[in-house]
Amino acid sequence: MLAQAIGPFEVSLVVLYLAVVAYLGWLGYRRTQNATDYLIAGRKAHPFIMALSYGSTFISTSAIVGFGGVAGLFGMSVLWLTFFNIFVGIFIAFVVLGGPVRRMGHRLDAHTFPEFLGRRYDSRFIQVFAGLIIFCFMPVYAAAVIIGGTEFITAAFKIDYHVAVLVLSSIVAVYVLAGGLKGVMYTDALQGGIMFVGMGVLLVSAYWIVGGIRQGHADLTAMADQVFVGFKAIGHRGWTALPAFGWGKPAGLPADAPSPYDLWYIVFTTIVLGVGIGVLAQPQLVVRFMTVKSKRELNRAVLTGGFFILMMTGVAFTVGALSNVYFYKHEKIVGRIVGVTERADVIVKKERDVEKRLPCKLLHVDTVDDNEPDFHVIAEGLDAAAAILPKAEIRDLGDGRVEILPKATSFTRALVRKGNDWMLNPDSIIPNYVTSSMPKWFGILFLLTLLAAAMSTISSQFHTAGTALGRDVIQQLFHRGDAGGHGTHVVRLGMIVGIVVAVIFSYYARGGYIVARATAIFFGLCAAAFLPSLIGGLFFKRMTRVAAICSMVTGFVISGFWVLFVKASEAGAIGIVQRVTGGKNSILVDYPNWPVVEPIVIALPISALVAAVVSLLTRPPSDAHLERCFGGAKAAPAPAPQPVEVTA
Amino acid sequence: MLGIEDPFVWLAYVLSAVSTLLCVVYGIVNWNRGDDSVAAEDIEWAAHEAEARQSD
Repeated sequence: MLAQAIGPFEVSLVVLYLAVVAYLGWLGYRRTQNATDYLIAGRKAHPFIMALSYGSTFISTSAIVGFGGVAGLFGMSVLWLTFFNIFVGIFIAFVVLGGPVRRMGHRLDAHTFPEFLGRRYDSRFIQVFAGLIIFCFMPVYAAAVIIGGTEFITAAFKIDYHVAVLVLSSIVAVYVLAGGLKGVMYTDALQGGIMFVGMGVLLVSAYWIVGGIRQGHADLTAMADQVFVGFKAIGHRGWTALPAFGWGKPAGLPADAPSPYDLWYIVFTTIVLGVGIGVLAQPQLVVRFMTVKSKRELNRAVLTGGFFILMMTGVAFTVGALSNVYFYKHEKIVGRIVGVTERADVIVKKERDVEKRLPCKLLHVDTVDDNEPDFHVIAEGLDAAAAILPKAEIRDLGDGRVEILPKATSFTRALVRKGNDWMLNPDSIIPNYVTSSMPKWFGILFLLTLLAAAMSTISSQFHTAGTALGRDVIQQLFHRGDAGGHGTHVVRLGMIVGIVVAVIFSYYARGGYIVARATAIFFGLCAAAFLPSLIGGLFFKRMTRVAAICSMVTGFVISGFWVLFVKASEAGAIGIVQRVTGGKNSILVDYPNWPVVEPIVIALPISALVAAVVSLLTRPPSDAHLERCFGGAKAAPAPAPQPVEVTA
Repeated sequence: MLGIEDPFVWLAYVLSAVSTLLCVVYGIVNWNRGDDSVAAEDIEWAAHEAEARQSD
């Protein structure tokens, strides 16, 4: 089925790519047989290769498809996240955190993030607790990455979403379980290179299509009156303007109307802060710092890493926003209308059992003469929706074909089938844009870009989740003192369980920019639970074990409480809050803005405060322990490196 | 500026470029700086890391 939909050339290209990835993985693995090789090999590699490797691990389909789609919805204000990604995620992380993490990690012989925290605070509880959090919640982030890739496969190759989930998951599962992290630098660098080229072509072509930088931005600014009515109500003022800022709800608005300031808090707490700050406490990032060969390598990676992130998130967000200009002003679909749905109630918003639908007429268009519809567009809104939805212009070309100008925004053009229903799906914006505006060869390049982005990130995610269960939880609880061996099968089991959970989540969760929201939940949770303990552990000798435990538990509990009972979109989807409140989606539903504020805004300051206060109230760590963590005042000169044979 | 009217959106656009420039300049200035020596603890860590990877 898939082969028929895509074609033998495309399948061959993907298979060739996977074969090259496998070969490079084996090559890199074979060349690092002993510990000295492992340390020295990296010094001979070109820094550009290293930076591509870093970037491909941290940028995924979540950033490109998910957050690119959010930019299509909410506009260029999302570029604040690009600034945070570069300044916080690269500059602060590499320059301020990288060196100390690496040095302390090596001193403490830590190999996972929970192990790092556990040894820094000399606490088995911390290692197990952190391991459990990572193991339980990493699948949520992994699902975001899978959904991002799946949406593109669905849009580009016109196959069912659920089939695409299973296809992508199968490829990724084989890659991960075959040992995706081994020889990581070569494979990641190849993947990073593909991503770089793909996004570069996307940026240049997007500005070319919309008439240049200034013209494209000006046209986007002029489209402000086309903002979807539901977004206008929460403060959307156009794609080149910040959302309206304020707090509460002005007098005179109906009781059931949303606050006109909600969008500001969605963009800046969920999208910008949740992910922009949360990246600092990502377990994969911290582990990555420990595996770099030297501080010099970190310095060099800042150069190319910053540029790489700009080319990934900056391009995705800019193109996402500009896609509105393309769909509204430039898109022309030429083909035969092979189906018309005279009346469809399209889902524009879904919260658990409550759906908001708009009636409209749909056109199904065949553009490649195979009698199968390739494009589905809204012809016009019906009844009251006529004033809300776009009205497409249709020109008869006289040969049985028509030229359709959808005159849509990115959101109203993001029409997808979900079961027997139709829905507007923000995660389809970037895939729709690429499919519609770019030639087919670029679709394949972009598919490889997304496959590369998904595989490099997901292998890292599941490896982190697997080791969290095997090394940090099971081994700590049941096999203490056993340095290896017993944990192997549990690591594999952890990876398999993580993959299964992520696939199930991906299978059922779709719509409502779920990719960005799921990413923000995981990043925010990591920040609230881990960041104060990480920063305190690296830079404050006075930070105590009890303070770290209290901070982590506080951050986790407040984040969990907020997601379950306050943050309306997530709490409503999970459903527990509705049993408590008698059907409402948030316990603060009557207090404007609070239900859209991301947990990190509340949980991180409180967990940081708890860390500081409890540290001052409890006994400081012993000098001997601090010396073990931070090193002595007079460090002994380092011996010359000797090869250390690895015993399997 | 650049077709973007809201200064706070324009600022995000420019700051993204400026922060990239900061990274580039930092990388060039510090290209050959940074402790490059290998300590005993680094060797020991790498041996254990390789063990862990081989057993995965």
